[in-house]
Amino acid sequence: MSVLAGVRVIELASERVAFAGKLLADMGADVILVEPPAGDAARHYPPFVDDVPGPERSLHFWHYNTSKRGVTLDLSDSADQARLRRLLADADVFLESQPTTRLAALGLDYTDLASANPGLVHVAVTPYGRQRPESDLPETDLTLMAAGGPVWSCGYDDHSLPPVRGWGFQAYHTACHYAVMSVFTALLYRQRGGGGQFIDVSVAAACNVTTEGASYGWLVAEATLQRQTGRHASVTPTGETQMRCADGRWVNTGVPPRFPEEFARLLAWIRKLDLEASFPEAVFLEMGADWEGPFDLSLIGSDDTVTAIFGAGREGLKLVAQRVSAQEFFEGCQHAGLAVGVINSPEEALEDPHFRARGMQVPVHHEALDRTIMYPGAPFSLPLAPWRIARRAPYLGEHNAELFGDD
Amino acid sequence: MPQALAGYRICDFTGQLAGAGATKWLAAFGAEVIRIEDPVRQGRWDILRGAPPFKPGQRGIDHGGAFNNHNTEKLGITLNLKTDKAKAILRRLVAISDVVAENFAAGVLERWGFGYDALKTIRPDIIYVSNCGFGRAGPYSRFKTWGPIVQAVSGLTYTSALPAQPPAGWGYSYMDHTGGYYMAMAILAALYHRERTGEGQWVDLACTDAALTLNGPALLDWTVNGRGQRDMPINSNRSQFGAMAPHGIYGCAGDDAWIAIACRTQTQWEMLAQLIDAPWTTAFRTLAQRLANEDALDGHLSTWTSAWDKYALEAVLRERGIPASAVQKPAERVDGDPAIRDFGLWPTVRHTAMGEVRVDGLPVHFSRTDWRIERGGPCLSEHTDHVLTRLLGLPADEVAALHEEGVL
Repeated sequence: MSVLAGVRVIELASERVAFAGKLLADMGADVILVEPPAGDAARHYPPFVDDVPGPERSLHFWHYNTSKRGVTLDLSDSADQARLRRLLADADVFLESQPTTRLAALGLDYTDLASANPGLVHVAVTPYGRQRPESDLPETDLTLMAAGGPVWSCGYDDHSLPPVRGWGFQAYHTACHYAVMSVFTALLYRQRGGGGQFIDVSVAAACNVTTEGASYGWLVAEATLQRQTGRHASVTPTGETQMRCADGRWVNTGVPPRFPEEFARLLAWIRKLDLEASFPEAVFLEMGADWEGPFDLSLIGSDDTVTAIFGAGREGLKLVAQRVSAQEFFEGCQHAGLAVGVINSPEEALEDPHFRARGMQVPVHHEALDRTIMYPGAPFSLPLAPWRIARRAPYLGEHNAELFGDD
Repeated sequence: MPQALAGYRICDFTGQLAGAGATKWLAAFGAEVIRIEDPVRQGRWDILRGAPPFKPGQRGIDHGGAFNNHNTEKLGITLNLKTDKAKAILRRLVAISDVVAENFAAGVLERWGFGYDALKTIRPDIIYVSNCGFGRAGPYSRFKTWGPIVQAVSGLTYTSALPAQPPAGWGYSYMDHTGGYYMAMAILAALYHRERTGEGQWVDLACTDAALTLNGPALLDWTVNGRGQRDMPINSNRSQFGAMAPHGIYGCAGDDAWIAIACRTQTQWEMLAQLIDAPWTTAFRTLAQRLANEDALDGHLSTWTSAWDKYALEAVLRERGIPASAVQKPAERVDGDPAIRDFGLWPTVRHTAMGEVRVDGLPVHFSRTDWRIERGGPCLSEHTDHVLTRLLGLPADEVAALHEEGVL
């Protein structure tokens, strides 16, 4: 049995809540996606199957709507409003991202819904919260990331280049993560004898508290972090952490060697690659490997020996990187105990043997195309209530007859 | 106001952000979260303990600003788990806990004798949630990670870049935050399953798995169309797969001042072109024209925005229904943005050593059981005596002796 088996979720289609609906549906909730008769706008978002546009061909829509059923309702029509009201009367969760006053105008506000269904958990995910007029302004993932803080911290050492938005609809993802945590929290409360409630999720607020030190650096010390290439934004500049390997791909070098055994393993690797003769600093790696007791890191920069040893650690890594591929560098460093990462593109990650072994590709059948397509797998799974994609995204109005019959 | 998670007790070994962030949510909704730290190393396994930012004039193991931020409303005890007496105390604590949570490297808890099988003997319906970078199974299960490594390996770093530049990646540990969110979901989901079935279980969460799933459309473009991001020019300020133009971050008047502008619809572009009122806009009438010549479009637009103050331009664009937002600095969004301020996002907590300090709140409000963040993170061992005497019923003199012996 899936963890949310028997939990019914009504989702009013919006790109801002689709991911929350998917997470719940893949955990077994019966999520009914309600689209306008013309379909959710995301049905027209690229990319498309074989690059041919069409409302049943958007890979974006497919990804965000797995395991859901789909119906169409025209919320300006009173008969359809009544259908939605009936759906909500015995639903467990209502997920929506409507403008601030729209549901109230339709008589579908939380107060109206709760009188018919006191156990309902109503979750609104809006740009700035249900009460704020800014929630009714047009926005995109980009503008919310800029307003909410992530953009300020990302980019390059060269500040004549614009700061960078992390790709992939992450503002919406972050809000949806909070929406799902909220749904579980409210369901637990209800399960143990409490009632339903209204939950107000702000996308901009979610971004604001997902910026690590940028927020609490200001809150605690009125410090303003500055963006840097490929590493944490910082008040004072820190050393580079990205290197390009022999095959042209990049790695993140993480933290350079700090412990004697790490210097020893790096030196052994340099020797194995036959590079010691061209690396005079190897002698300092040897000193690092033979060091008695822990290093006093505060001496870097003042004590000549300690400085030379740590400099040799960084230079040694650079030397190796120039001779091996990014994947070899990643695996070699990790075997030496260093937390280094190869910078994969998404598809390289998906094809990586580790993620394949963990089942991160799952097949989903699309019968109309007669194709079985591999989708990204579970972010996590409960062994006794496993995550699974129960079905492909619904066709437009696919379940109208199933849910509304002839009424 | 009632608390949604009141009555749940979490035996919490988490630290840093990827773990502590998860139990912060639980504590804010009323779960009793008991953090267990190592007295010998003064809890320094969590590198944020005693690390900056500090309030002016403060420093030390009980003053770390990030640690306080991630550990509000939790209790803190110390146990030297190299001693048998501490192990006996931990067994008693597990016996009265609903959840054991940790984000150590794979296998640490097993080595102390508290792997899932051992926990289950103490309490058959215990929920155990472990969170490590690559999970417990697979070729990289012994590899080490922290946020930037998770982001690198999973594809999130690569896809955040400007053209002809190395990856920009994320200027913070996005996946420590997000790994914590998934860990919270895993704990809550396992509790919900237990409420309905009586069963406990072990959830083995891997931050890199979760990270990999956060680029879904790009992954489907690969598995369906055979097109990878490696084969495409990357400009992550532009719209996903060319759905909108203009769509970017443009310079404004002043030092390091920027604005994000996106035209989702043709009407929005026409409103923008009308406002700009320059002949060059006529070469960009259709979305196809704008996408085909996006570099030129961005060049013209940057020249135009560079004369504006970012907030003045934001106001003018918003008035015309064009999606736009200034790139806000921390001070601007934390203290200057009314939509954030009025949401009540930055509660002030009382911390025993730090005094009053503001922290990240939660970006949600519940009408019936809202969160509460009032108490700061625990000082080292702050609640050891309370937990051992009140919860576990140990006599005070025995607790004093355990302190003497170095067990606590």
